[in-house]
Amino acid sequence: MSQQHTPQRPSPNVGLFITCLADMFRPSIGFATVKLLEQTGCRVSVPEQQTCCGQPAYNTGDRRTSAEIARMTIDAFAGYEYLVAPSGSCVGMIKYYPELFDAEDPYQQLAQSLADRSYEITSFLFDVIGIEALQAQLQQLTIPRTVTYHDSCSGLRQLGIKQQPRELLKQINGLQIEEMTEAETCCGFGGTFCVKYPEISNRMVSNKSEFINDSGADTLVGGDLGCLLNMAGKLQRLGKDTPDALVEARHVVELLADMLDTPGIGEQDVRRLKATTPTTDFALGTEITGSAAQPRK
Amino acid sequence: MDINTPFFKARASEALQDANLQQALGNLKQGFPHKRAIAVERMPEFEALRDQGRDLKNHILEHLDLYLEQFESKVTENGGQVHWARTGDDANRIILDICQQVNAKTVTKGKSMVSEETGLNDYLEKNGIQPVETDLGEYILQLRGDHPSHIIAPAIHLNLEDVSEAFHAHHNKPKSDDPVTLMQEARDALREKFVVADVGITGANFCVAETGSTIIVTNEGNGDLTQTLPKTHIVITSIEKVVPTLEDMTLFLRLLARSATGQEFTVYNTLSSGPRREGDQDGPENFHVVLVDNGRSEMVGSQFQDMLRCIRCSACMNHCPVYGAVGGHSYGWVYPGPMGSVLTPKMIGIEKGAALPNASTFCGKCESVCPVRIPLPKLMRHWREDEFSKHLTPKAARYGLGSWAFLAKRPALYRQFTKASSWGLKLLANSPFGGKKGKLESLPLASGWTDFRDMPAPQGETFMQQWKKRQNAEQTDGDAS
Ligand code: SF4
Repeated sequence: MSQQHTPQRPSPNVGLFITCLADMFRPSIGFATVKLLEQTGCRVSVPEQQTCCGQPAYNTGDRRTSAEIARMTIDAFAGYEYLVAPSGSCVGMIKYYPELFDAEDPYQQLAQSLADRSYEITSFLFDVIGIEALQAQLQQLTIPRTVTYHDSCSGLRQLGIKQQPRELLKQINGLQIEEMTEAETCCGFGGTFCVKYPEISNRMVSNKSEFINDSGADTLVGGDLGCLLNMAGKLQRLGKDTPDALVEARHVVELLADMLDTPGIGEQDVRRLKATTPTTDFALGTEITGSAAQPRK
Repeated sequence: MDINTPFFKARASEALQDANLQQALGNLKQGFPHKRAIAVERMPEFEALRDQGRDLKNHILEHLDLYLEQFESKVTENGGQVHWARTGDDANRIILDICQQVNAKTVTKGKSMVSEETGLNDYLEKNGIQPVETDLGEYILQLRGDHPSHIIAPAIHLNLEDVSEAFHAHHNKPKSDDPVTLMQEARDALREKFVVADVGITGANFCVAETGSTIIVTNEGNGDLTQTLPKTHIVITSIEKVVPTLEDMTLFLRLLARSATGQEFTVYNTLSSGPRREGDQDGPENFHVVLVDNGRSEMVGSQFQDMLRCIRCSACMNHCPVYGAVGGHSYGWVYPGPMGSVLTPKMIGIEKGAALPNASTFCGKCESVCPVRIPLPKLMRHWREDEFSKHLTPKAARYGLGSWAFLAKRPALYRQFTKASSWGLKLLANSPFGGKKGKLESLPLASGWTDFRDMPAPQGETFMQQWKKRQNAEQTDGDAS
């Protein structure tokens, strides 16, 4: 659970845990995260000795490998006040590290310490740094989009992340949040689950896609790239004949850091959402009119 | 009951294609979870009750032997008899014995999942005794030769047409699809059975140690007739159902009804406290309680102990997206959904049951609604650990994990690999095969993904590569100035 934490120094020393998926598939998430952290005065480093949080091993029942990876990650982040990652799922895994060691093992304490210092990015910004540090910057932005937020499971139920990303997004001018039905229901990704049980996973992500499309949003936003790859992949497969009507999928940090100059997840080109007059070129299925189109000033 | 759990994947696949079932599952999803949410909203202290429920169950499990002994001595004092059944087969034999002693020809049955666990109906029939299920859902299933797909709404997988057909085939009446007419038909058929039954068998939701009572909760009242009309009443239940006092029982009744159906209280709450006493208007002459262990006592003190807190409310399955997609029969044995995914491997063995604890995304929804806060995902993970340590994990998964782990433990090598992979995938996406769309529509070795969805392509260089360049550039800038 997120607890109020006061940074020990005015410019906390943060180690970025990039996550294996963002590292490989979408580095822009990493750069957006760094930008947000630096904007709020953090000193950011990226420890070289990190790879993956170990979740695939942990969820396959391989505790030994999980513990070896945990030890490596604990050492890699030993010198940092905080570990911050653009994923609730990976941070959730790091919170399990203490369970991987016996009480006598010196790594048990170190694991506990790392677990206590680890945060998902929106929770770090909102619960640790405080929204004030970012408010002015966010209020300068104008992003005329209607977004719908998918609550990823570990972030929501293990870390209690629900209002943090929404409160941050709300600061942005022109941005509207339309909640989808069952925002809290699993998208069916589940790490290896989606390849072990592809048909069940497909049913789950099909349901999810329906809710996303029905929400009327032009942008799907979430805090975990695994889920976003799953949902974006499904939305694009379902909507392959109507590419202009596709909901664009983005990680929450891309909006907060105003880094929308890369194509949406799984897209080739950057799409531009028009603020005032809906045009055929750029319409994304939902015409943005009314309050969403008018930048709040 | 036959064990079909090893075929989970194939059964799930069929279930996903079954339009009727999918419709029924859709209705379930709209029904119970919604009603539970309203009931919880109306009770601000619900979360505190869940804590109490968890703590009380933990206390009971710490002293299970004491409470069971107390329960037994109270039942005996009341003139009843307690029988201890180590296995399901033992339970069946004990019950057959009692039936034979009173020359029973037919027995009526209230709903009991423990009797499904032991396969009691088949066993009695094989031995010349006709069991008649009296819960409406169970009755329909029995006519169809079917089994429950849900622990409190056993026939949830059927639709009106299925019921209409089953009744038409067995009731000798014109075919009807009017629910009220069908209900009346069932009522008439069952009344006859109630009157002639020699023995009534029910389950128990709880066994109260201080009074030696058992209780069943139903919304149909069938349980009352099952246990009061015949001369002999047999309760078949399991050892973890014991609670210390009547007051403790009410705590669980409040949690149970709200978690299950969103009711504040179930309609019929019927206590049985021994055989008919002098001056009693009704009640059986003989009262037996068969306490089934079937692996439960081994769970006490093990990493699965928390599972014994379960009060069989069904909230975990009602909220489970996997259960909601494939229905209860896919699980291939008695207990479906998250609670079944933990219990089944214990009862049929991990060798046969491993598919169930693996069929979860660990989304945690089940744990978030469980009235006694059972950490279901954690317990499913324990089964995966058991499977892994016994080398039962499928080879492909094991090798995949092995090669991934080899890299993940060697950051420098891992960097080379991610660099090459993202470059390769990007190249593939931009090639004529990928269609230059920033995504891949098919991918060898990942068809589980690409059969159903596109695979977004990597942006290009990995973050780590780009970060290094940024660091180097900053370094050079710094040196130059
Ligand atoms: S595990 Fe919890 S939610 Fe599921 S049936 Fe048992 S008590 Fe109910």
